Amino acid sequence: MDARVRLPLGLGEVAVWQALGLLAIVALFALYPVIDRNIGHVSAVADAGYFLLLVFGLNIVVGFAGLLDLGYAAFFAIGAYTYAMVASTQFNLHLNFWPMLIGSACVAALFGVILGFPTLRLRGDYLAIVTLGFGEIVPQVFLNLDKYTGGPNGISNVDQPVFFGHAFGFNPVPYYYLYLVVALISLVLLNNLRRSRLGRAWMAIREDELAATHMGVNPVTTKLLAFAMGASFAGLAGCIYAAKLTLISPDEFNFSVSVTILSAIVLGGMGSLLGAFIGGLLLALLNFMVLPQVTNWTHALGTALHNEAIQNADLHYIIYGLILVLVMLFRPEGLISNASRRAELHHGQPATSAAAAGVE
Amino acid sequence: MSAPLLAIEGLTKRFGGLTAVKELTMHVEAGSISSLIGPNGAGKSTVFNVITGIYVPTAGDIKLGGASIVGRKPHQVAAAGIMRTFQNIRLFAFMTVLENVMVGEQTRMHATPLDSALRTPRAQREERAVSERALELLDFVGLSAQSEQWARNLPYGMQRRLEIARALAPNPRVLLLDEPAAGANPVEKRELMALVRAIRDRGVTVVLIEHDMKLVMGISDRVTVLDYGEKISEGDPQSVRRDPRVIEAYLGKGA
Ligand SMILES: Nc1ncnc2c1ncn2[C@@H]1O[C@H](COP(=O)(O)OP(=O)(O)OP(=O)(O)O)[C@@H](O)[C@H]1O
Ligand SMILES: [Mg+2]
Repeated sequence: MDARVRLPLGLGEVAVWQALGLLAIVALFALYPVIDRNIGHVSAVADAGYFLLLVFGLNIVVGFAGLLDLGYAAFFAIGAYTYAMVASTQFNLHLNFWPMLIGSACVAALFGVILGFPTLRLRGDYLAIVTLGFGEIVPQVFLNLDKYTGGPNGISNVDQPVFFGHAFGFNPVPYYYLYLVVALISLVLLNNLRRSRLGRAWMAIREDELAATHMGVNPVTTKLLAFAMGASFAGLAGCIYAAKLTLISPDEFNFSVSVTILSAIVLGGMGSLLGAFIGGLLLALLNFMVLPQVTNWTHALGTALHNEAIQNADLHYIIYGLILVLVMLFRPEGLISNASRRAELHHGQPATSAAAAGVE
Repeated sequence: MSAPLLAIEGLTKRFGGLTAVKELTMHVEAGSISSLIGPNGAGKSTVFNVITGIYVPTAGDIKLGGASIVGRKPHQVAAAGIMRTFQNIRLFAFMTVLENVMVGEQTRMHATPLDSALRTPRAQREERAVSERALELLDFVGLSAQSEQWARNLPYGMQRRLEIARALAPNPRVLLLDEPAAGANPVEKRELMALVRAIRDRGVTVVLIEHDMKLVMGISDRVTVLDYGEKISEGDPQSVRRDPRVIEAYLGKGA
């Protein structure tokens, strides 16, 4: 039971059973498209990929640095539009997908800094409201700049990636593997960052900004790096998303996207990387695979009973909301979390120092 | 006499109509333990808050090693070599004891975000050195056994010592301690004063706020007494203790 192994890539030391579990999970993901030949399923699991990247990115901002951002979908939109505008018939530019993957991440990161800058002095609720505003403004801008963005119709005929002569086309399998590789690399990089100078600076800002600055943490650069790095994941996700779907429109990046990403983080356990992964995966599968299926069942049931109300019922969001409410009632600390936070949330003991408000 | 390491010159801080600190001049010699004492609300913490850049002084100057640090942000003051603790402990609650101290070493680290993300050999080396040093400091304050606990789970007395270890992390030139013995029992108080001496012996200049006069008498090289924001006495502990103005200010307060 106590035997431990050191994982490569700085993943740290874990118990043997954990290492084997991890190996099995990675193997399962690697083989999934071979095991499940249902293209619809593979496509849905691939779509979990962009959602996971979004969760990873927002987890930097909210989970690590403690900056409550309610408009994160804006950066997803920026990433998607960046690629769609330069790789489609929109301007007949057709830039290559692979460099644009990095390009979209960089553009999103740049906007992370631009939109983050005015919020630097805000905290908590105020920050949430301002980011909420940004989240609403960005899709509106894409909607209204119709000369460049196609307005409400968005951009169609977005170029699909070609990998060494192999066109991705509409087959979800290559997208699945692309997401898998990007997500695994992201996990390793994020895990490294979390336990580094910058990761500790983020957490210190989250725990007590005033004390952090007195320990030499520059709040401006630390927060802007969180916004920029967080946004870059949304840029990556947006680029692959646009390429896989081949068409994007402004209404796909609304508030509910931001909230769903945030709920995945809360569900998984705020600040925990493993929590973000599990929460993101569960919510994505729920949204893309399980709940659409439920809607099919109720539709079939309604048809069989000749009941139009049941036939047209969309239980999707009801069940989704119910699950979130139940988790928060019975496990408010999220699925993965440390013992002390669990104690606090279940027994209501306040944190000793982080709760102190004054400067005295 | 050599030039003071930390020089506070004619410092005034007003909050609206309230003058919290009035024309305070105080010189701190390198390698000394200086105490700033005074009754509740005398303006002691405000002096620290102005030094570390939370507040901009209304008037006056603050010099570290001859260079003015007025107008610098708290993180720049830390980088210049002044670290502090807080009157009401401010630890990073949901970080481990070791991580708390490692945050204190921010200003001595060079790893870029890219180094960190890729865990370059350079970053790994620095990370190892920093954590070894943090462990050494935890040993110094007697918290080795707690290094992996969450800071918030430590008992009060240990939290005080952790805050001191965190402030010592970058090997500061000046350490500002705001009532480190508050809430401690007599045994803990004596231990804390021994710790303060040991810190001075490591070459760190200490400025100590305390409102229990007896406590600081034994270890201070120099004592400055504030009352209603004004310096009412200054000198070596013995002469300050006998100063009638100090006795008056402390009358009924057990001095
Ligand atoms: N930010 C602020 N705004 C307004 N007034 C303040 C502020 N900070 C301190 N004061 C006031 O300045 C005066 C000095 O406060 P300070 O905290 O410096 O006293 P102190 O000597 O540290 O007292 P104690 O021993 O109680 O800690 C008090 O009257 C306090 O109310
Ligand atoms: Mg005080």
